[in-house]
Amino acid sequence: MNLHAQYIAFKTIVIKEFLRFTRIWIQTVLPPAITMVLYFIIFGNLIGSQIGDIHGFAYMQYIVPGLIMLGIIANSYANVVSSFFSAKFQRHIEEMLVSPTPNYIILLGFMSGGMIRGLTVGCMVFLISLLFTHLQVHNLFVTISVVVLTAMLFSLAGFINGVFAKSFDDISIVPTFVLTPLTYLGGIFYSIDMLSPFWRQVSMFNPILYMINAFRYGILGVSDINVLTSFAIIIGFIVALFTVGLRLLDKGVGIRT
Amino acid sequence: MTPALSIRNLTKTYKNGLTALKDIDLDVQVGDFFALLGPNGAGKSTTIGIVSSLINKTGGKVFIFGKDIDTEFAQARAYLGLVPQEFNFNMFEPVLEIVVNQAGYYGIERRRAHAAAEDCLRRLGLWEKRNTAARELSGGMKRRLMIARALVHGPKLLILDEPTAGVDIETRRSMWQFLRTTNGNGTTIILTTHYLEEAESLCRNIAIIDGGRLIENTSMRRLLDTLHVETFIFYLRNSIQVPPVLPGHAIQQLDETTIEVSISKDKSLNKVFEDLSRQGIEVLSMKNKANRLEELFMRLVNNQTTPQPAVSALTRTA
Repeated sequence: MNLHAQYIAFKTIVIKEFLRFTRIWIQTVLPPAITMVLYFIIFGNLIGSQIGDIHGFAYMQYIVPGLIMLGIIANSYANVVSSFFSAKFQRHIEEMLVSPTPNYIILLGFMSGGMIRGLTVGCMVFLISLLFTHLQVHNLFVTISVVVLTAMLFSLAGFINGVFAKSFDDISIVPTFVLTPLTYLGGIFYSIDMLSPFWRQVSMFNPILYMINAFRYGILGVSDINVLTSFAIIIGFIVALFTVGLRLLDKGVGIRT
Repeated sequence: MTPALSIRNLTKTYKNGLTALKDIDLDVQVGDFFALLGPNGAGKSTTIGIVSSLINKTGGKVFIFGKDIDTEFAQARAYLGLVPQEFNFNMFEPVLEIVVNQAGYYGIERRRAHAAAEDCLRRLGLWEKRNTAARELSGGMKRRLMIARALVHGPKLLILDEPTAGVDIETRRSMWQFLRTTNGNGTTIILTTHYLEEAESLCRNIAIIDGGRLIENTSMRRLLDTLHVETFIFYLRNSIQVPPVLPGHAIQQLDETTIEVSISKDKSLNKVFEDLSRQGIEVLSMKNKANRLEELFMRLVNNQTTPQPAVSALTRTA
C-alpha cells in the first residue's frame, strides 16, 4: 500500500470516527458543555468569589485552564476506548483488519478521532469560559502544543484500554477509578503551593499535574511545574503508549484469535 | 498459472489446546467457483479466518495470487474480499457509509469509492436503502450489504462464509444468480455453505474438511460420479399393506402410500417401475430422498460406505 493509499485509509478512519461522535452529539459533546457551565457557575462565580486570587489571578481565571484540560482528557480517552471497544464488540474492526491498511494507520486513525473530540470539547469549554471571565493567551505555542499532545496521549491510553476491555464495565473502570481522581488531584482547582510539603511531593507523581500546569502556563503564564519538564513527560508517555498500542495491534491482542 | 489461493501445511491450535487445522494443503485455481464444506467445527471458518488475516495461524503458509499473507500482506489482502458468517458492520452506520468506508481502507479515494459503492449497491438491490442505518435492514439485505462491502474494492478472490444462511428462498436464488455473474466476470469464488444444494448448483470444485483435516479435494462432477446408490421416495396411487418385492434393491415402507427405494446407479429405473407395475403398484410421483451431494457428504464425514440421512451431518458439532 503506497503512502497516498495509506493517507486515504487514515482519512477514512478519521472521518468515520468524526461522524461517529457527531452523530451521537447528545451523548458526546453536550454533557461536558453542561457540566462545565455548572463548574463555572458554582466554583467560579459562587465559591470562587469567596476564595480570592491565586498567583495574582481571579479564581475563575485560575481554574479555566484546568477545566479545559479536564474536558480534553476525559473526552479524548472516552472517544477511543468506547469506539474501539464497540468496533471489537460489533466486530466491525474486522473491516480494517482484512484490508491492506497497516496497523500504525489504524492506530493513528483512532488516535486522531479521539484528539478531534477532545479538542472539540476543549474549544467548547474555552468559549463557554469567555462568558464568565476574561482570558488572554500568554504563550500560544505552549497552549496549542500542550492541548494537542495531551489529547494525543489520552487517546492512545484509551486505545490500550479498548484493546484489553472485554466488557462495557472494563471501559469505565479506568476513567472512573484512575483518570477522574488523578485529574481532580492534578491541580485543576488549586495550586500545589497550597498543599503541605508531603502532599505536594505526592502530587508530583501525578502526570496530569504536569499537563494542567503546562497549559495554565500557556494561558496565564503561571505554573507550579517547569514547562520543559512537563513537555518531556508528556512526550515520553506518548512514545511509550504509541509503542505499546502498535505492539498490541501487531500481535492481534483482543482482536485476532 | 499461479493459483488464486494456495495453502501449504496450514495448522492452527487455539490457546485452549484445540487443534482446529492439521496440515491443510489446498489450491484454488483462478476463475474457479470452489466449495469448502464440512460439518460445524470442522475448520472451515478457521481456514477462512486465517486466509483473511482475522485469525493467527500456528504454522504453514498462505498465498493469495502468489502473495504471502505474512510478508506481502498489503498486496495479498488487496486481492481478497470477505463475506463473513456473522454480521460484522457497524449497525448504526448508514449502508452507503459502510461500503464507502470499506473502499477507503483499500486506499480508494472518496469520489471513486462513492461510484464503486453505488455500483455494488445497485447491483445488489440496496441503493434505495443507502441512507438507512444497517440495523434497520432485513436479514437478507444485511447479507447483501456484506457482499456489496466485500466487492467494493474489486477483489480478484471472493470468499463467502455461509452467505445465504437464514435468507428466504427468493433472496437465495437471486444471490446465486449474482454470484454466478460475478464469477463469470472473472472473480474467483470460494463458498462455504450448509446448503449442499447451493454448493452443487454453483461450484465446479470442492474440498471437504472434517476434524481439521482435508478429507476430499476434487471436482464436483468427479465427486458426484462416485455416488453409486441413490435413494428415492415413491408416492403410490393405492395403499399397500406390505412392501413390494424388488430384487437387488433395498426397500422400506414409510406409510401406506409411500415407499423408499435405494437404487444402484447401474440399475435402470424402468426395470424398477416394471417390477412395481407387475405387482399392481402404480407410482404417482417420486423424488430424491436427499440431495446427491448431501449423501456423499455424509458418507465422507462419517467415513461410511452406505448413504445416511443428511440431516444429522449438517447439524453435527465437533
